[in-house]
Amino acid sequence: MLRPRTVAVAVVLCAFAAVPIIAATFAQPHYLTVFGRILIFAIGAVSLNLVLGHGGLVSFGHAAFIGIGAYAVGILDTYGIDNGWIQWPLGIIGAGLASLIIGAISVRLSGIYFIMITLAFAQLLYFLASGLTAFGGDDGMTLAARSFFGSLLNLNNQVVMYYVILLVLLLFLLFEQRFVTSRLGIVIAGIRSNEVRMRALGYATYRYKLIAFVISAMMCSVSGLLLANLTDFVTAQYLTWGRSGELLIMVLLGGMASTFGPVIGATALLLFEEVASTFTEHWQLALGPLLLLVVIFAQDGIWGWLGGREKRRTG
Amino acid sequence: MNWTLFAIQFLNGLQLGTTLFLMSAGLTLVLGIMNFVNLAHGSFYMVGAYVAAAVYGATGSFLMAGAVAVPATFLLGIGVDRICLRRLYDRNHLAQVLGTFGLLMFFNELVRVIWGPAALFAAVPPGLEREVELLPGMAFPLYRLLVLLAGLLTGFVLYLFIAHTRLGMRIRAGASDRGMAASMGVNVSVLSMLVFGLGAALAGFAGYLASPIVAVQSGMGDPILITTLVVIVIGGIGSIRGAILASMLVGVIDTLGRVYLPSLLNAALTPATSNALSPAITSMLTYLMMAAILAFRRQGLLAARTG
Repeated sequence: MLRPRTVAVAVVLCAFAAVPIIAATFAQPHYLTVFGRILIFAIGAVSLNLVLGHGGLVSFGHAAFIGIGAYAVGILDTYGIDNGWIQWPLGIIGAGLASLIIGAISVRLSGIYFIMITLAFAQLLYFLASGLTAFGGDDGMTLAARSFFGSLLNLNNQVVMYYVILLVLLLFLLFEQRFVTSRLGIVIAGIRSNEVRMRALGYATYRYKLIAFVISAMMCSVSGLLLANLTDFVTAQYLTWGRSGELLIMVLLGGMASTFGPVIGATALLLFEEVASTFTEHWQLALGPLLLLVVIFAQDGIWGWLGGREKRRTG
Repeated sequence: MNWTLFAIQFLNGLQLGTTLFLMSAGLTLVLGIMNFVNLAHGSFYMVGAYVAAAVYGATGSFLMAGAVAVPATFLLGIGVDRICLRRLYDRNHLAQVLGTFGLLMFFNELVRVIWGPAALFAAVPPGLEREVELLPGMAFPLYRLLVLLAGLLTGFVLYLFIAHTRLGMRIRAGASDRGMAASMGVNVSVLSMLVFGLGAALAGFAGYLASPIVAVQSGMGDPILITTLVVIVIGGIGSIRGAILASMLVGVIDTLGRVYLPSLLNAALTPATSNALSPAITSMLTYLMMAAILAFRRQGLLAARTG
């Protein structure tokens, strides 16, 4: 008998894979942009969940790393460097260095203090980006060209762009699946449930948390690289604290305890926005209380709900 | 250096500081007593400003506007606390952040539904729009001066209330050790509801005072909420004295930075670039201060006396 979770993963992934075909059949090319954007935020949420769900570190500043990725494309593009083999590694390394500095200071702290310091650093980078009017600032800047990967991969083709995004998401999911069972992943999970005990067992918990934070940030920057390319646009608005909040919502809505949950969360949240905004401009009036209800009554998110039905059926 | 200009800008900084203090006093107590992160605190500021602007527009009496706006936000705070937030008291910070984030979205949209998407502009009450000469050659808008004084007065009253009344003593007891206060017979549940309402009313009062000098619009509480979080972290979570010190510090640094940084940067950069960069650098400075405090002195400048 198929379990609801397995079905959900298969259905969601197949649906995403079929989007270009549906878009072509119904002559609705903007579907590619809409669903590409959903996948990009799913990548961001999956990256965040590496430290949030698995490590218990509530980062309220992951939008900063999306921003670093996006600005790596945007800034190099303004100087005429549109080679993706230069842009992408630089963006990822940039996010790695930034998160190394931010993490080195932040992961010493826990609880409310960790939330606040990640927020502070993200705001720091947001104001830096909004002050850089040469690169668009708050108004944003349109890219002259998308990242160029030679004749191998033409990102100007929206279908290719879409499948690249989907491929990145799949790779990240596989990576995270392995990460959870790796030595590092297990130590991180141990730190989440009892850091003092892990330290007593002789683990340098600070170092493990820092490494996980840096990996998560570098993954998150990839969603920024993709976002800049998909929208042909870079703006400081990518770094606002509301964005960081949305990433947290996606993870919690989908379910923190799983690798795939954030994908469901990102899809549910952004699809709700898309659909609800066609009915009324006041859709946030419904989303706010809905969120509150999810937080109060459905702590394990949609993933937990799928699992709950599973338990009832077998038990 | 022009000392008159400096003094005026310093007063402007203090005026921003009083707004920040009114906001942070409630938030720091809620965080200190209930260990509760409330992102919807900025919404009380916004609702206070909207109600004040609407009542002032309808009745023409600015005093009446305050008499409606402050109790309204007090009741709103208590209502929100009883209906949904109390369910989040015992949950982790992540749940609290996301739950109140949902509330913030709701209120931002609600005011847009009620008052429309355009910003409201309330006029400064007649008779108060002139400037007064504080010192020879140093004129300052009367209304801003009154806001500053009202804020300082409220701060002083609040200090007396917290430090010298029985209820204030209970609040302090709750802030330093909630469990011990409860076992000594303090009804912490009622106490936290009152603190929540008081915090909301202070935020609403700040919104009321600000309504004639800022654009009253949806989302106006969000940036001030984040600055308030900076203030309470710098001052020390749960500490009223810390909130006073930090809000004045942040208010003055922010205001003076915006005024003086462009001329400092002009030496190195083109005027257009330095004009765009200096507000950014000023804001970054406050966040840098917050990060430095968290990294080296987590308890804040003036820590609440907790165990």
